[in-house]
Amino acid sequence: MHLIEVNNISKIYNGKRTKVTAIKHMDFHIDDGEFVGIMGQSGSGKSTLLSIIGGLNKPSDGEVLIDTLDVYGLSSEQRTDLRSEYIGIIFQSFQLIPYLTVDENVKLPMAVAGIKEKKQKEMADSVIEKVGLSDKKTMLPDQLSGGEQERVAIARAIVNNPPILLADEPTGNLDSQTSSEIMDLLHDLNKKGQTVIMVTHNENMLKNATRIIRVQDGLCVN
Amino acid sequence: MKLYNISLNNIKRRKAKIVFLLFGLLIGISTIVALLSVSESMGRDIEEKLNKFGANIVLMPKSDTLSLTYGGMTVGGVNLEIKEFNESDIPKIKEIKNSKNLGSVAPKILGITKLNNKDVLLMGVDFEKEVSLKSWWMIQGKIPEKANEIMVGNDVANVFKLSQGDTVKLGKIDYRITAVLGESGSSEDDIIIGDLKSFQKALNKEGKISMVEIAAFCRGCPISDMVLQIAEKFPDGKVTALKQSVMSKMQSVDTFKTFTFGIAVLVVIIGSLLVFVTMMGSVNERTREIGIFRAIGFRKAHVMQIILLEALVVGVLGGIIGYITGCLIAKVFIPLVMEGSSFAGLNYETSIIAIVLSVSLSIIASLYPAFKASNLDPSEALRAL
Repeated sequence: MHLIEVNNISKIYNGKRTKVTAIKHMDFHIDDGEFVGIMGQSGSGKSTLLSIIGGLNKPSDGEVLIDTLDVYGLSSEQRTDLRSEYIGIIFQSFQLIPYLTVDENVKLPMAVAGIKEKKQKEMADSVIEKVGLSDKKTMLPDQLSGGEQERVAIARAIVNNPPILLADEPTGNLDSQTSSEIMDLLHDLNKKGQTVIMVTHNENMLKNATRIIRVQDGLCVN
Repeated sequence: MKLYNISLNNIKRRKAKIVFLLFGLLIGISTIVALLSVSESMGRDIEEKLNKFGANIVLMPKSDTLSLTYGGMTVGGVNLEIKEFNESDIPKIKEIKNSKNLGSVAPKILGITKLNNKDVLLMGVDFEKEVSLKSWWMIQGKIPEKANEIMVGNDVANVFKLSQGDTVKLGKIDYRITAVLGESGSSEDDIIIGDLKSFQKALNKEGKISMVEIAAFCRGCPISDMVLQIAEKFPDGKVTALKQSVMSKMQSVDTFKTFTFGIAVLVVIIGSLLVFVTMMGSVNERTREIGIFRAIGFRKAHVMQIILLEALVVGVLGGIIGYITGCLIAKVFIPLVMEGSSFAGLNYETSIIAIVLSVSLSIIASLYPAFKASNLDPSEALRAL
């Protein structure tokens, strides 16, 4: 039994006059504890694939199973609950809430997970320490560097301890030194048991990945 | 971390946007509060002026005979069998359900006595109450203050060649005339007016009252109800409402109320649109943020809660600030448009209306934007990333 099964999915965007096929008949699986890289050029369909795996973007065809659960057989609200429980997402360009502090941004997923405030504080403090931002808890995102914002985004994605971590170009906006630190952090998380699926166009970032899925023109090419 | 922390932090840390939203509410609420205050003051002003026209309820003893007078001319003799009330019963008038709508209650004693061998009509009154009811009296001289001071009607002064400072004997008591009433064309030209207690004694009617004139404020109270309430207290009395006076009072106040209501509705519609447009703009700007919320596990209801809670807080703030601003506008505006009038002061009821209206406006105008936001497809919202 695989943690994630992607069965023959396709995604077609219907424009007013044109149809764009972003994903064509993709078929693969990911096992528990893997660090999988999804590589491809800009516009190849890798981000679309990640959003489909994350339950955010319904495929035009095919199915995605997480822990044998048909993700798109669920209602929209059930998928929201699935994301809350199973999936942590690290977005491209950090995507922090600008009017919330580091601490508040990290606690966000717990605000709707029914976790008591004392427990929330313990969990948030623990992940903020893990990403090395304990001294910046009360700062707003725009008071942080790019690398620090990325760390907050990672802390937010892992605070609920989800088994799956999806990362969309997490190093895309960072210098090489910071990128390397972020990759070390993701590998640490992977070693501690989290399955990481990371989208990037930079192969150097995937040196330690257990597997790489190459995407080109909406197709898996290996 | 709770959902309300997100709403409150958004309000606290995005002040410029919230100020803009508050501005929309402020315009609506302050205009309504200012209009209500001006309308209240104008209503009060109109009422005070109308009340100067005199009493609008008269309480008299019941009589089996008909009055044979028309236009001040008595035809076929005078009914001398005058029934009276006991003075100790008069305070019962103040016990009626609508007692707060009572203005002046002016009891009087009427009786005939001889002056230079001619019959004259005496009317004993409480001068303070009587003068407040008869603002049209042209008093030439000084209002009587002592028990042995009187004022005489214009015709009485002419017939008996009396003037201010003269002394006359009524019954067994000497009275000094302190004032003569200017000609009014009414029955007051033919009477002598003196202190109630003193005339009760002079007429041997101590503790008796012939009739009571009552001024009632009739905003929000049907005058016919008050007439019935007084009649219940005085089963031997006949209570008459001077409907013309009441109707004109009610009409003036009602017309202004309708005008104010029309303006208020218009302002509420404009205010709602302003809040709606601002809220829609705010939600559209937050598409990305809502997408993130939905992606990390926020249900539709959570997104709605965040937006509606913000609307609630902004509504309360808008209500309070709008009320204070409206009061300040009214305070400056009222003396400019109504000479002699002033702002009535802070009003508990109006402040509650302002806050409830502001909150309702804010929430109703935010319902659709909140619904739209909560129904955003996370993938659509995240495409903005």
